[in-house]
Amino acid sequence: MSRSLSERLAWVVGITLILAFLYLPIAVLVAYSFNASRSLTWPMTGFTLEWYQKLAANEALIDAFYNSLYVAISATTLTLIIGVPAALALDRIDFPGKGLFRKLILLPIALPGIITGISMLILFRSLGIRLSLEAVIVGHATALLAVVVTQVYARLQRLPNSLQEASEDLGASGLQTFFLITLPNIKTAVIGSGMLAFTLSFDEIPVTFFLTGRDNTLPMFIWSTMRRGLTPEINAIGSLIVLMSIVLIFVSVRLQRNTKTQQK
Amino acid sequence: MNGALRLKRALVLSPPLLWTFLFMFVPYAILLVYSFWQQKYPTFVPAFQFGNYVQIFTDPQYFRVILRTLKIAFFVSLGAALVAYPYAYFLVFRVRKPGLRLMLYMAVVAPLWVSYLLRAYTWKTILGTTGILNSFLMSTGILSEPSSVFLYNQTAMIVTLIYVFIPFMVMPIYAVLEKIPHSLKEASADLGVGRVRTFLSVTLPLSIPGIVAGFTMTFCLTFGDFIAPFLVGGPDGQMIANVIASQFGASLNWPLGAALALVMLMIVLSIITVSDKFERLGQGRFA
Repeated sequence: MSRSLSERLAWVVGITLILAFLYLPIAVLVAYSFNASRSLTWPMTGFTLEWYQKLAANEALIDAFYNSLYVAISATTLTLIIGVPAALALDRIDFPGKGLFRKLILLPIALPGIITGISMLILFRSLGIRLSLEAVIVGHATALLAVVVTQVYARLQRLPNSLQEASEDLGASGLQTFFLITLPNIKTAVIGSGMLAFTLSFDEIPVTFFLTGRDNTLPMFIWSTMRRGLTPEINAIGSLIVLMSIVLIFVSVRLQRNTKTQQK
Repeated sequence: MNGALRLKRALVLSPPLLWTFLFMFVPYAILLVYSFWQQKYPTFVPAFQFGNYVQIFTDPQYFRVILRTLKIAFFVSLGAALVAYPYAYFLVFRVRKPGLRLMLYMAVVAPLWVSYLLRAYTWKTILGTTGILNSFLMSTGILSEPSSVFLYNQTAMIVTLIYVFIPFMVMPIYAVLEKIPHSLKEASADLGVGRVRTFLSVTLPLSIPGIVAGFTMTFCLTFGDFIAPFLVGGPDGQMIANVIASQFGASLNWPLGAALALVMLMIVLSIITVSDKFERLGQGRFA
């Protein structure tokens, strides 16, 4: 009895330590965004909203935020437009070179972003295309394709082929079948992977670093601020981003739960 | 196959095929071509020579960075596995309530949604010479003056990278542990095998594919990282991605950068291939 009690205690202590390792740094990030002193040291000196007010007045930051929004929305749309047909192709169509296609399209999952970044930098330079936010969008869409393809493909595989065949037997056209049968069934996978792609694009550095022109995205702006030194303003931006992430996480958990009840 | 069907397939196929060809296949091919070019001050010229590769493998400066990156990626993956395995084990075998299990699982996966840059940054504010840990230790009297042992070394980088990439280790390990039938463990216990031996001879071998998958992912992600070295690495913490980035920036030696990137690509691809083989082997054995 006492052995199992002490064992349980050891587990609880160990798991608590791991959770502390995961969440203390985020707590520190948020706590210091409200700290009165400019230096990030212990002890904390008092409560202030000064850093958040400074953010609201920082035009370069606000521009960077809108740039990131523009990039993330465009890249996500593009990657869905390319990625959903790609997943359909992998699931349903046999064509020569399918193996190579699958390897290429899934490669960026494990491939360091820097390789996508520099290889596209060289491509754009060879084609004489100027670096810009649009170049970043193409880069992100390419790097994030794998995220969409894997998730949508996984869902398609669980979808019985008979659904599509029934629809076609009843005389529906290919487009009708896709929009009325296939798409509603893979909807949550499409939305979920789109949200993940959006988050990853919003936060992306390695590809953006090489492809952006004069305009900064938000992470690049934070990055260049960090080069100049640590300030509580970064903590304030960080806390807002954490807040945004929490909202997205809740939405995505909701989505998953809906999918599960649907399948029952 | 009739014409209409063929047309439809072509319509579905062509956007992704064109995209992957134009933005993945072609860039990698050009990268390969560039790696044979030659630096000629102030820029570089087309050529076909292996000078860049010779330089990478003979100049100790580059070779040492590659070895260091391999070493750090190894320790990050090992550290992440040592933390992630007990965590995943606890969730699967010790937590009885499904709700609590889901919550604890989300707790470790959720940080993936929080900016990577910020998660690395917060470690810099904690570990810095004038940072939060140092000032905390000083205010409690443990240290009398700030210590620089925390930041700008490889340990700081390893801790930061474990922190950043641990979800990629927990997910696959959790997935394999979840699939192990409880009856196997019970059978082992019924046969009078002790819990430690049951773990070593049943649970651990069955979870190897998950460990391999997590190790591969963490290793590859660390191997290509250039943000953590920049933030917490310091002068002896440069990794291969930093060297590549500087070839495309200050050093303006794109051909050498391209060659380094291809070496990186080859290392990552061979690790993925080996781990794929290994996983398939594992599946064959246990299926």
